[in-house]
Amino acid sequence: MVYSEKVMDHFANPRNVGEIENADGIGEVGNSKCGDIMKMYIKVDDDTISDVKFKTFGCGAAIATSSMATELIKGKKIDDALKLTNKAVMEALDGLPPVKVHCSVLAEQAIKAAVSDYYQKKGIDPEPIVGIIPECEEGHCHI
Amino acid sequence: MRQIYADNSATTKLSPVVLEKMMPYLTEVYGNPSSLYRIGGRAKEAVEAARENIARNLGAKRPSEIYFTSGGSESDNWALKGAAHALRSKGKNHIITSKFEHHAILHTCEALEKEGFEVTYLDVYENGIVHPEDVESAIKDTTAIVSIMYANNEIGTIQPIPEIGEICRRHKVLFHTDAVQAAGYVKINVEEQNIDLLSMTAHKIHGPKGCGLLYVRQGVKLENLIEGGAQERGRRAGTENVAGIVGLDAALQLAVDTMDERCAKLSVLRDRLIDELLKIERSRINGDRVKRLPNNVNMCFEGIEGESLLLKLDLNGVSASSGSACTSGSLDPSHVLLSIGLPHEIAHGSTRMTFSEDTTEEDIDYIAKIVPEIVSYLRGMSPLWEKIKLEERLGK
Repeated sequence: MVYSEKVMDHFANPRNVGEIENADGIGEVGNSKCGDIMKMYIKVDDDTISDVKFKTFGCGAAIATSSMATELIKGKKIDDALKLTNKAVMEALDGLPPVKVHCSVLAEQAIKAAVSDYYQKKGIDPEPIVGIIPECEEGHCHI
Repeated sequence: MRQIYADNSATTKLSPVVLEKMMPYLTEVYGNPSSLYRIGGRAKEAVEAARENIARNLGAKRPSEIYFTSGGSESDNWALKGAAHALRSKGKNHIITSKFEHHAILHTCEALEKEGFEVTYLDVYENGIVHPEDVESAIKDTTAIVSIMYANNEIGTIQPIPEIGEICRRHKVLFHTDAVQAAGYVKINVEEQNIDLLSMTAHKIHGPKGCGLLYVRQGVKLENLIEGGAQERGRRAGTENVAGIVGLDAALQLAVDTMDERCAKLSVLRDRLIDELLKIERSRINGDRVKRLPNNVNMCFEGIEGESLLLKLDLNGVSASSGSACTSGSLDPSHVLLSIGLPHEIAHGSTRMTFSEDTTEEDIDYIAKIVPEIVSYLRGMSPLWEKIKLEERLGK
């Protein structure tokens, strides 16, 4: 198994690592049993994600996909951020080994979870906008 | 940057001494050992001299008990399938092994279960050691073979092989041991230790890849592995890997000659690194600290994942191995770490470093310096670590 140069770059120098104090939305996906947890913090101004940070427990691909996902949504309108697919994250990283595809799924879900939390805090039901975020990707976990 | 190879349980660097012994058989002595002319005869002599010397180094009674193979996995497959198939007609359909064997054994057992064999997987307890009394109580009338590895490939724990050998002999049950990791680090004597079948390979002891052996005690019935020629007494046909066989012999001889001094030096380095790394909070050593290979360090660091630690080590010039199965195409953590009772989330954060004679004190100091830095960096970005610390504060 070999990672692309882009994956290694985002693993070695991850962008937007950390937390946001008083974040407008916080999303956490994955679980420790599977070996991956992603936590994403967003700051929202005028429906735009003005800042985003992440913390990840996981393998090289989990860290790299978190990093890339934050780069791809920073400065974007919430609607556009919600359109980010795991495929787009993978493509931006020049691909992932097949066994690591679930990491990109987690990154997509982490964004959605953070946006859901943002709407919930505002008293808006997130489900019609964001959809349901599955607990754990079927077939990737063995709980 | 300092470059440190710390994955000697995966494979080792070919020793120059071994290469020199092999060279003639890669160049001028290219004859087929089965041919009658001189360069064939010279190749045959080299193979038989290696067989004789290896038999002596393993404490075997006869050179004819040594069968050359392509390596450890082949030997393990042959030992189990060969013995199981040969004994089935006698009503023997039960196999005893342990939960943390190499997959060459475990997957072979699974294949045999599909053929209708019954397999007992023994516990290895918290310290990663099989209890001989468990072997004895698992033996029944239908038991064909017991297979317990000499030393574990991930956590390096050394098993009570002579005790298990004695039990199997007393109960007239075949005993196989996978000595791939132990050879060269532990004194092996198949006669004294009552071993009937033993697998080993050259490339773990500074020999070439692609050559190993199966010791088969005279009188042990084993189904043939490869039909098609008279090589290896007709049981494993195919033109011999002459240079590989010469290399296997040279590597084992070198390992036996240097064993005491090398193991003493390695134990000191190993213990020093373990002591240093245990200073990291919420770290643990996996497997018995004393009954372990002198070159094996296997540790878990809570709150981080093994593959990212491994990649960070690589970026810092250290080649190590992650016990987590992320690298092997499966997302489950190591079956070995689960077998010693670690929960999934802790088993995910493991790393294995295995050293060789080339490892220096400076290497150990460098690793002892960078690992805490990497662990602390990865914990700094880990939501799991955040949770662990929060629970600590809440006094859980």
